[in-house]
Amino acid sequence: MSPVYYVILVPSTSYAVRGEHVLNQKGIASKLIPVPRSLSSDCGVCIRVAADDLPAARQALDAAKVPYDSVHEF
Amino acid sequence: MIYLDNAATSWPKPSVVLDAVMHAMRDVGANPGRAGHRLANESGRIVYRAREAVAELFGAPDPLRVVFGANVTWALNLALRGLLRPGDHVITSSIEHNSVMRPLRALEREGVALTVVPCAPTGALDPQQVADALRRETTLIALNHASNVVGTVLPVAEMGAIARRHGALLLVDAAQTAGAWPIDFVADGIDLLAFTGHKSLYGPMGTGGLLLGERVDPARVAPLARGGTGSRSELEEQPDFCPDKYEAGTPNVPGLAGLEAGVRWVREQGVAALRRQEAALTQRLIDGLRAIPGVTLYGTGDAARQTATVSFNLAGVPPSEAGLRLDEEFAIMCRIGLHCSPACHRTLGTFPEGTVRFGLGAFTTSNEVDAALDAVRQLERNA
Repeated sequence: MSPVYYVILVPSTSYAVRGEHVLNQKGIASKLIPVPRSLSSDCGVCIRVAADDLPAARQALDAAKVPYDSVHEF
Repeated sequence: MIYLDNAATSWPKPSVVLDAVMHAMRDVGANPGRAGHRLANESGRIVYRAREAVAELFGAPDPLRVVFGANVTWALNLALRGLLRPGDHVITSSIEHNSVMRPLRALEREGVALTVVPCAPTGALDPQQVADALRRETTLIALNHASNVVGTVLPVAEMGAIARRHGALLLVDAAQTAGAWPIDFVADGIDLLAFTGHKSLYGPMGTGGLLLGERVDPARVAPLARGGTGSRSELEEQPDFCPDKYEAGTPNVPGLAGLEAGVRWVREQGVAALRRQEAALTQRLIDGLRAIPGVTLYGTGDAARQTATVSFNLAGVPPSEAGLRLDEEFAIMCRIGLHCSPACHRTLGTFPEGTVRFGLGAFTTSNEVDAALDAVRQLERNA
């Protein structure tokens, strides 16, 4: 079964909020959620996007030079 | 009541600033970047929007290189203490505030070489003197953009060009100019811009920060404090990226909400329009003071070359007495004395007595300037 969501792990909340802002400008829906425990022991937040939006989301983040650490099925 | 102490902090604040502070405290409240719940995320957005507003105002490309702290003094300490190492050489001017001078004097005792380039008695700085002071080991030129005592503006873009040619960095203390004078972070060649939120950005006290340019490698800038950042919590070492590296502990979210509103207000008015308005009032004040016998005016005497901060003395009335009488008899609030800048007062020739300083702001009116001039005339008559 294909995943419904992906999460994009970023260095910190500042980056998550900047990422959310960039995605919002491109009309890509996203949600900031706590980093899933299984992915990282970090106490911060990450960006969740719908699986279908992942390529566009990556493109938007790359274009705005928002660094992210990794992308995971969720 | 006439408030002419805007060079210390602007007052009143635009009502949108008060509303933003209240909104952050009443409706949001949560700690940003720690929990991930909706209020924590909204709090994080408040802080981010403040970064973006500040970056856009100064034309800085990356909002995540806007580092927030308690005030501009904190930002200057971060830049100076974070960058300079024993053996480095730093150049500054003779009109600096103690927020630059004291950290530099402390670093000098730790082995950093310091050259203080003398300014003219008006506060003006000759760029050639800075160029002449460069050494092979010069890593930083640290200057205020404008004097907090006489308002004289230093040639920042020329300093940026000199620093670049030499391979040194330029640190600008924009305490007196951020919001009141056009600043182009990139075109002016500024590498580190220290700003305060509570003066000409019309935000609350307790806000300020440092912008790091592309030529500044965060690996070279040590943080002032280390602690929780809400990021990389699995590590017992401080994160190495901006802004987290420099922002340990819970930030001043209500203050930053107010700062964002203040910056937005300044951008709506337009920095150039605010400058025109303040320049006109400043020239009116300067011309009026010049016409009063017994007044000694300091600085350039030209509103086009200075901020809306004017320093003067009155024959036979020491600054302390002038300040008290202006407050008690005329309800005019100003600042007298040395203004935390003994170096500048030595340059002006007003050390150790100091001066009377009138600091105008965006809400100062021409009627208030005229009333202040009337008050000075009366003081002079009764001297």
